Amino acid sequence: MPDIAYEQARHGSSIGQPLTRRDGFLKVTGAATYAADNRPEGLLHAVVAVSRIARGRVASLDVAAAKAHSGVVEVMTGTNAPRLAQDPDAKHNPFMFRLDLLQNDRVRYAHQPIAVVIAETLEAATEGAELLAPRYEVDPPQIGLDAGEPQEPEGVGAGDKAIVSRGDVEAGLDQAERRVETTYETAAQYHNALEPHAIVAQWDGDRLIVDTPSQGLAMAKMRLAGLFGLDPKSILVRSPYLGGGFGSKGFLSGPQVLGVMAAKLVGRPVKLVLRREQMFGPVGHRAETRQTLRLGTDASGALTALDHHTLTATSRFDEFYEPASAISRYLYAAPAVSTRHSGVRVDTGTPLFMRAPGEASGSVALEGAIDEMAEACGLDPLEFRLRNYAESEPISGRPFSSKALRECYAQGAARFGWDKRGPVPRSMRDSAGRLIGYGMGTALFPALMMQAEARAEIRADGTGTVALGAHDMGQGAWTALAQIAADGLGIDLDRLDFQSGTSDLPNAGIAGGSAHTATAGTAIHSAAAAVLAQLADLATNDERSPLYGAGNAGVYARGGRLVRRDDEGRSEAFSEILNRAGRTSVSAQGQGAPDPASREAYAMHAHGAVFAEVSIDPDLGQIRVTRLVGAFAAGRVVNPRLVTSQYYGGMIWGVSFALHEKAVVDPRSGRVMNANLGEYHVPVNADVPSIDAILVDEHDPHVNPLGIKGVGEIGITGTAGAIANAVYHATGIRVRKTPITLDQLLG
Amino acid sequence: MTFRLTLTVNGQPRAIELDDPRVTLLDLLRERLGLTGSKKGCDRGQCGACTVLVDGRRVNSCLALALSLDGADVLTIEGLAHSLAPGEPLHPVQAAFIEHDGFQCGFCTPGQIMSAVGLIHEGRAGDDPERVREGMSGNLCRCGAYIGITQAVLDAQARMAGPGQGGAA
Repeated sequence: MPDIAYEQARHGSSIGQPLTRRDGFLKVTGAATYAADNRPEGLLHAVVAVSRIARGRVASLDVAAAKAHSGVVEVMTGTNAPRLAQDPDAKHNPFMFRLDLLQNDRVRYAHQPIAVVIAETLEAATEGAELLAPRYEVDPPQIGLDAGEPQEPEGVGAGDKAIVSRGDVEAGLDQAERRVETTYETAAQYHNALEPHAIVAQWDGDRLIVDTPSQGLAMAKMRLAGLFGLDPKSILVRSPYLGGGFGSKGFLSGPQVLGVMAAKLVGRPVKLVLRREQMFGPVGHRAETRQTLRLGTDASGALTALDHHTLTATSRFDEFYEPASAISRYLYAAPAVSTRHSGVRVDTGTPLFMRAPGEASGSVALEGAIDEMAEACGLDPLEFRLRNYAESEPISGRPFSSKALRECYAQGAARFGWDKRGPVPRSMRDSAGRLIGYGMGTALFPALMMQAEARAEIRADGTGTVALGAHDMGQGAWTALAQIAADGLGIDLDRLDFQSGTSDLPNAGIAGGSAHTATAGTAIHSAAAAVLAQLADLATNDERSPLYGAGNAGVYARGGRLVRRDDEGRSEAFSEILNRAGRTSVSAQGQGAPDPASREAYAMHAHGAVFAEVSIDPDLGQIRVTRLVGAFAAGRVVNPRLVTSQYYGGMIWGVSFALHEKAVVDPRSGRVMNANLGEYHVPVNADVPSIDAILVDEHDPHVNPLGIKGVGEIGITGTAGAIANAVYHATGIRVRKTPITLDQLLG
Repeated sequence: MTFRLTLTVNGQPRAIELDDPRVTLLDLLRERLGLTGSKKGCDRGQCGACTVLVDGRRVNSCLALALSLDGADVLTIEGLAHSLAPGEPLHPVQAAFIEHDGFQCGFCTPGQIMSAVGLIHEGRAGDDPERVREGMSGNLCRCGAYIGITQAVLDAQARMAGPGQGGAA
């Protein structure tokens, strides 16, 4: 096979260009079809009735009243729900929920579905669900971190170890000149993508078509195949646009499956859309944490030990533990580091990955503890972080594949004006007398690679196709992956047919772990490389081609042509190569996967530094974030416009984490008391006045062939801690419980 | 029982017969008229994804019963560009949202854009970013595209106020 250099083709073409979104026109005109926008012929509407209790059983439902309501077609309950081919409570791998699908009358959490009303109109189905008037046998629920005896989980997150440590932390603490022990608490949070989980399901005999938002099309298809005993080939899942995911659309949830069951029961297409309050239960959440950190430093301010323990909760029937201590495995240098988790079981829905799962919760506690220690050492928070800069990964000892964190600190601090920070808390005021505080935090997110496949093709007319079942939940996959595809094939973007978003295309894995662009992009890159290799074979072995004999010197692709590397004046169009060979097209598959050797040799993370300014009313305690500056280094930037938006969005999630989001659970009933967007606070436009994101240059030759790290989640990390530290700097009051609210600053 | 009402929807007069008085304007648009651009994020007026203009004013269409609007003029995202001139591909606000990346997932976007058009017509925000942020705060964006949204509104407003107004980018 000829040696082909793709590096040249990638520069100055699509990758790196700040293109606007290719799906932009559809989204601003209302023409992009989200799942609930589908209206197949004969469609019925389904509304879920959910449990008001958190534990017990459904004693009775007034099915007759619901069925008597005009327009109601059927009521699906435990007595008539289709039986399934597989126990929905069985768990075959860590990447699935145990589901409640009306196979019994048991209630395991508030807002668990207990019936589905199917009607000719949405209004009738809604009224029918009200008329069910359920009665329950109630068992007292177990709610909150103190509800049960903590246990050490078998694994945290997606199967990471619960305990990872290096060195003797107790000895390190004993020898320390200074010690800090501090406990932080984070609230339970719900993803609340603005698009509620929705499904439109259509059966055609044993063939099933579903429109539903999914961050993992292939996983969703396999879950449905298992539950309904279907050949996966007979299932089509379509998810061209997701109205946000943030993790909550990673696993197929119970209500989505109920939509499929309802369509099967009535033999007509069914649309089922969760109501907003029904999103607080069956579709995952970020569990609350209580994190205790113990730090020791020597006289110079260098850490001698760091211990990070997290207590969190999972549901009583399923496992997902927020891996909040994990961030301490990667960030600050210390000879002894211990990261541990324990968990309790509670009567809530099962927690799930939520944007920066573990890293977000862990970062706010770690950055707070670091700020406390910096003050104890009498050091500026930035200087303290630089003194404890990790030159290799703290626990594993591996070198970093790349780490431009010093540059992030320097550029962020300069843009923010960190040098104007007064060292004493409660010493800065604005002209109106409001307290001003500056705080900072370090951002980190692992640079993961998952598994993906892609198909690429070049045709005799010089156009190309790249196809894979990738997911655009707002991060910009339609655009960024197409940019990678165009460059991979060496054609202009307008010559590319980019197909994505359905389960009949090659399996692109999941959109999660900030790894989708890297993983799917690598699959695309490798498929395109295989196509170009075939083209090069055709050309360099044909004496009629100007590239004949170039096999040793090599060729590269640009602008729809193969070009001799040793003589750029000699090139040939893809179309000429194919037409002369009598071929209509060449195509190939490619894969993206982690490279075990480089993963073994290097620690791989994206890094950043976030600086926050807050303004606080000294009498009322009202907190405003007035400025945020984040500087991030995450390898190659595919599209700076979209990457900047990801950082903005992540940092706004950091604002939300620090000041807004909290699900309030009534310990007696187990119900979320603020299950709506009026009382479950997320930032509005007026909450985020000024945000700046700096894209710091970083070249990573190891992380993957494209040098891409993830950008979707890192913005939350660092930011929440920076805001909390700024609140301390403004007021002199250290609040160790997020969200920070004004009542915690008064009194 | 049949309920009759007349609406002008995106410039077209529509005589509508409803079999149910409980139908909201949002559900009428989405489920019965096939105008699915307006989105349902909360169904209780808290998120703004369903924002449309009714007689030129911003309205959460999930909170308005269709039958209460007999005779009203309703403008949705689908009709926005054509409301300036027939055949116009994009309203300046739509073009500015693309240019300033004022959205990510796009689900809140129709509501954001209709709210921005309403805000600009209200004339109360001017070129003050703080007032634009305030005036757009009835529309939640969970992705956090607020920076681009604010820039887009300011930019579109300037373009619409300037010479050659109405042109798309």
